[in-house]
Amino acid sequence: MNRKRQIEIWVGVFMAIGFAALFLLAMKISNLGTAYSGELFHVTARFDNIGGLKVKAPVTIAGVEVGRVQEIRYDPDDFRAVVVLGIQDQYLGKIPDDSFAKILTAGLLGEQYIGIDPGGSEDTLKEGSEIGITQSALVLEEVIGQFIFGKSQEGAGTE
Amino acid sequence: MLNLLGDLGAWGLQALTRLGRAHLLLLAMLRGLLEILRRPRLLVDQLYSVGVLTLLIIGVAGLFVGMVLALQGYNVLSRFGGETALGFMVAASLVRELGPVLTALLFAGRAGSALTAEIGLMKATEQLSGLEMMAVNPEHRVLAPRFFAGLIAVPMLAALFSCLGVLGGWMVGGGLLGVDQAAFWNGMQDGIDFNDDIINGVIKSLVFGFVCTWIAIFQGYDCVPTSEGVSRATTRTVVHSSLAVLGLDFVLTALMFG
Repeated sequence: MNRKRQIEIWVGVFMAIGFAALFLLAMKISNLGTAYSGELFHVTARFDNIGGLKVKAPVTIAGVEVGRVQEIRYDPDDFRAVVVLGIQDQYLGKIPDDSFAKILTAGLLGEQYIGIDPGGSEDTLKEGSEIGITQSALVLEEVIGQFIFGKSQEGAGTE
Repeated sequence: MLNLLGDLGAWGLQALTRLGRAHLLLLAMLRGLLEILRRPRLLVDQLYSVGVLTLLIIGVAGLFVGMVLALQGYNVLSRFGGETALGFMVAASLVRELGPVLTALLFAGRAGSALTAEIGLMKATEQLSGLEMMAVNPEHRVLAPRFFAGLIAVPMLAALFSCLGVLGGWMVGGGLLGVDQAAFWNGMQDGIDFNDDIINGVIKSLVFGFVCTWIAIFQGYDCVPTSEGVSRATTRTVVHSSLAVLGLDFVLTALMFG
């Protein structure tokens, strides 16, 4: 084997390693390998307070991810936050329209996500429909504030 | 006073003409792309000396940087009970910052200095003029293949650096420190976005490869053709490339993640 061919082979090895590394970065390290890339349908939900919910936060039913938060905006007319959920197409027509959407926290200080509790209705959620019953995020300061307020009320009552 | 002003003016004009020469050289090299398409062999030879010979240092550096990141990250994260975020931390810092930047710095030291010295010596021994005498354009024939080889090699080396870094982090985190394997990989895949992180990292390393190779080739081509001139040009290559990479990294990070 002559020197020219050897150089060509080494450059080939180099290029192959480079492309393999890029491929690994894409598939193993980033979300490309795990992300759902199919069709989505959109459902809105209104919350009094979304806490720390962010776009791309997971939407789960029974703990299984069925979609992602697509958009969050504020509606100045009824002073509430409008959250658009993108739900995977395979669940179209399988989620009752009286389902209950609540903002939950993964662990004590973890990321916030949306959990959907299925209702009992015969009709189902479609593209553009709205989830009527929602529960806001738990804001730690408010809970502590209520707790302290409740304690002081209790103290005032027994006196 | 007038003398001082004159000196300042002369210095400014000199800097501007250097900048102008650098851009003319860049244009000439870009035009050399046609020559490369006709003779891909030239590019392959340069990819060997710029890319293949840099593989070892990049691989070893990546592995150790990943291992150190995992060790230090574990120390901080375990205070808050957040060891499960270790994979994300290691991968994010590698893909977004350390991979492209450290690869470019090592590339400037390993390949950039070699490019400058080689081209500077060609100039000092009048090989470049010799080519011109034979009606061969040295900018197309000698400089352009080196430039495009650098442009191709740096993103690949950066990707390899990040991959091996994650592997090193996983070896230390999963093996030595006993972080949960599933949490390590899931946290990483959840946190790293393909478009935001991987693509931006590749764009960064492309820019760094462009700048580093350009500086190296220009310093060699523009050096004073003596042994002292070549040695100074080599030093300047490493200093200028490193500063340019670090400065550009700030600008790019502010644009991409700001």
